[in-house]
Amino acid sequence: MAGKTLYDKLWDAHVVRTQDDGTCLLYIDRHLVHEVTSPQAFEGLRLAGRKPWRVAANLATPDHNVPTTPPENGGRAQGITDPVARLQVETLDNNCDEFGITEFKMDDIRQGIVHVISPEQGATLPGMTLVCGDSHTSTHGALGALAHGIGTSEVEHVLATQCLIQRKSKNMLVSIDGAVGAGVTAKDIVLAVIGEIGTAGGTGYAIEFGGKGIRDLSIEGRMTVCNMAIEGGARAGMVAVDQKTIDYVKGRPYAPTDGQWEMAVAAWRELHSDDDAQFDHVVHINGADIQPQVTWGTSPEMVVPVDGRVPDPAQQDDAVKADGMRAALVYMGLEANTPINTISIDKAFIGSCTNSRIEDLRAAAVVAKGRKVADNVKLAMVVPGSGLVKAQAEKEGLDKIFIDAGFEWREPGCSMCLAMNADKLEPGERCASTSNRNFEGRQGQGGRTHLVSPAMAAAAAVAGHFVDVREIGE
Amino acid sequence: MEKFEKMTGLVAPMDRSNVDTDAIIPKQFLKSIKRSGFGPNLFDEWRYLDHGEPGIDNSVRPLNPDFVLNQPRYQGASILLARENFGCGSSREHAPWALLDYGFRVIIAPSYADIFFNNCFKNGILPIVLDAQVVDGLFQAVAANEGYALSVDLEAQTVITPDGKSIAFDVEEFRQHCLLNGLDDIGLTLQHVDDIRVYETRRKQEAPWLF
Ligand code: SF4
Repeated sequence: MAGKTLYDKLWDAHVVRTQDDGTCLLYIDRHLVHEVTSPQAFEGLRLAGRKPWRVAANLATPDHNVPTTPPENGGRAQGITDPVARLQVETLDNNCDEFGITEFKMDDIRQGIVHVISPEQGATLPGMTLVCGDSHTSTHGALGALAHGIGTSEVEHVLATQCLIQRKSKNMLVSIDGAVGAGVTAKDIVLAVIGEIGTAGGTGYAIEFGGKGIRDLSIEGRMTVCNMAIEGGARAGMVAVDQKTIDYVKGRPYAPTDGQWEMAVAAWRELHSDDDAQFDHVVHINGADIQPQVTWGTSPEMVVPVDGRVPDPAQQDDAVKADGMRAALVYMGLEANTPINTISIDKAFIGSCTNSRIEDLRAAAVVAKGRKVADNVKLAMVVPGSGLVKAQAEKEGLDKIFIDAGFEWREPGCSMCLAMNADKLEPGERCASTSNRNFEGRQGQGGRTHLVSPAMAAAAAVAGHFVDVREIGE
Repeated sequence: MEKFEKMTGLVAPMDRSNVDTDAIIPKQFLKSIKRSGFGPNLFDEWRYLDHGEPGIDNSVRPLNPDFVLNQPRYQGASILLARENFGCGSSREHAPWALLDYGFRVIIAPSYADIFFNNCFKNGILPIVLDAQVVDGLFQAVAANEGYALSVDLEAQTVITPDGKSIAFDVEEFRQHCLLNGLDDIGLTLQHVDDIRVYETRRKQEAPWLF
């Protein structure tokens, strides 16, 4: 019998029962909750007279529409000014209080983007199944967990039963063979992968990321890669456990302690695909071929290396694709064949669950240090992923570096990643963004988003246009 | 959840690939704590010429005359014809809620994003997968014939065209069963409470740090 993949192992360990048609009841170890996708689920629970099955499995925080403006600018101390958003956050607070669910409220230093705070707290552990009503839940797979986004009906289902009704996905391995070059980051790797497989390339699969290019990454870098698995169509992305994973988890508030630590580590060491495991699909990408990436269109697969040009729909044989490219060029206000490094920007956004961890901020600060945001850039903002990331950055003096360079230093939250709070692009504004979606209107109606790494976003902010971060040096 | 057995409905074409859930229902409407009332804001940014916000009266907003759902011939459509990777992006269940609230019970496309596909079934919407070529043929037929309607029979797993041609589609047996009977997933799962408890007891031995 062939060996098991990491995904097979995680799946098998969580099957409660299997129906005749192959549909499974899958046990969920950790459920993360935020304000946007949970109110209707709690309401459903109440209407049916149900209670959460296992309260301790849930962890909640508001993130999507909390204000991130600094306190001195009338920030969150005054609460949320938008009454609809405020009601949603209050609803989360009330629901968590009513059902006894732990919540890091807006004034808690542990508050932040769900996908940042859970690993930070050790609430994401290797070998877990973890879900959240948010598609970027794939992030947590970086720790060797099976993690994916769910809809609100499923949020209610998990609350009520601690299980999900699921069918197993197919196995895909994406291997980054060999080391990536200097200046090439996790974000560039994952954008290159999506450029290769397309936004639907992973549909129906769980992707394991492997190869030296991935092994070399820190856990935070692996989170960036897994975060965007969903942009490649896969609900779940994951990376095998290694010593880095174990070192990362050790000592975090929710991590196992004392007698249980050794037992847990022994179990976690098994969390890798067996040598003879069979994948349904394997993609190899040569690490050395990956350059810093910039998206040019309205889908994450519309991506090119920074030294490239905006592609020409006339060169595209597939008529539906060519039409999509033309529509994207119109929306983005770009001409085919324009060199990427001549495109100037209006705003820069460093943040989101893809790139708002301490290492991301450090990488951006290296570029920002001693430089100034270019005159044509109206706003450059840095939004840490959590209160603890913010505190750490301030301890290291990164906030000063950013502020001296002309960046705004914000409170933690999703912010301009999806523009549900006051942070958004105006129509026609062009943004270098470290977030994960460049869809039409994502960062504000008519806004034009180019996805890049934190270092590349900082470089664009100081240059005023896209530039190869490797050329501007430290 | 409402049962789904058979229906006949007017078809509206959405001729774009990779239509994402941000386009289906823009984020400002996600601030609602209700499940209903999203229909008037379905495809808001494409459908209206101005910017929509929750709480404003949609009936007085300027419509985009070029947007397909605003054309008189597609008023009252209940079947949405779409291209590949429909419903990609955010996991927001507000997307199927908005489609349902607008009046769509069936979507036909060559492929869907996973989470969206799943969310449809949970809300009584039937997302049908047909070959890209077949879908292409349907787009042409809709364009050529005003009032083009299809019949869908979930039990028989067929789509029937106005000229009586029957197109078969696949649907997972369990999902079909739930949709046909309007079954609530949570109720179904709670029939297996004992299995869940047995699992938890065993797991507490194997991996006590998870509890
Ligand atoms: S940072 Fe952006 S992508 Fe991540 S959870 Fe928040 S809104 Fe979603």
